[in-house]
Amino acid sequence: MAEFSTKHREDGEVNIIELNGYLDAHTAQHLEHAISDLITKNKYKVVVNFEQLKYISSAGLGVFMAFIETMRTNAGDIKLAAMQPSVYNIFDLLGFPLLYEIFPTETEAVNKFKL
Amino acid sequence: MNKTAKNIFEMKVKSSTENLGAIREFVEEKATQSGIDKSITDKIVLAVDEACTNIIKHAYNYDESTEFTIRVLISKKEFKVLLIDHGKSFDPNQIADPDMPTYLKQRRVGGLGLHLMRHLMDNVEYLNLEGNVNQLILTKKIA
Repeated sequence: MAEFSTKHREDGEVNIIELNGYLDAHTAQHLEHAISDLITKNKYKVVVNFEQLKYISSAGLGVFMAFIETMRTNAGDIKLAAMQPSVYNIFDLLGFPLLYEIFPTETEAVNKFKL
Repeated sequence: MNKTAKNIFEMKVKSSTENLGAIREFVEEKATQSGIDKSITDKIVLAVDEACTNIIKHAYNYDESTEFTIRVLISKKEFKVLLIDHGKSFDPNQIADPDMPTYLKQRRVGGLGLHLMRHLMDNVEYLNLEGNVNQLILTKKIA
């Protein structure tokens, strides 16, 4: 029920967070902790891999809103990658592609930081 | 299914976000059993999640000693979900949809649940009944 987990990897100075499961008002806190943890380590370049994320509600979207400014003011960003169409549709419905770069693959998102 | 009879299903849960998964499963199961397309089912499930999250957060302020009811009514033409609580009432008609470019520019957080419900469903109706009964009715046309 409402299962959700994250995994963290590094590719050079880019931090990759893999999401798995269901991101809702119950599990959003878990993702908040994962991103806060990066900030405490002064890591601001983040790629979120959505490939294994099955579901997102507005509480999940709120996590990205809460941290985007911190990342960008510290020469970083939160780039989003590999969303399933059902998840992308929610981001798109709310106009989030205006604010966030969303890539078809994790590699493309990571490479954007290396340009 | 009888053409005129309504199928009614009900679930009562404690007001806790840990129940959101079970609520989604309940609604998804009823929609799927009614032969509703997955893309429509996904919209209904998300709208109900947003509505229940608002009840837990705003109507009951995360008080887990409280409960609310999810009632699904299925007719030939409509899939309706009623959310019934006894918490703090609100009038969604007083809440305008946010202008999303401004919302994003201002880096706002939260306040998108009702906006999503209105986008995902065909009708969102709220009733504040006697005896402090709040009833939110989410309707999706299925025929």
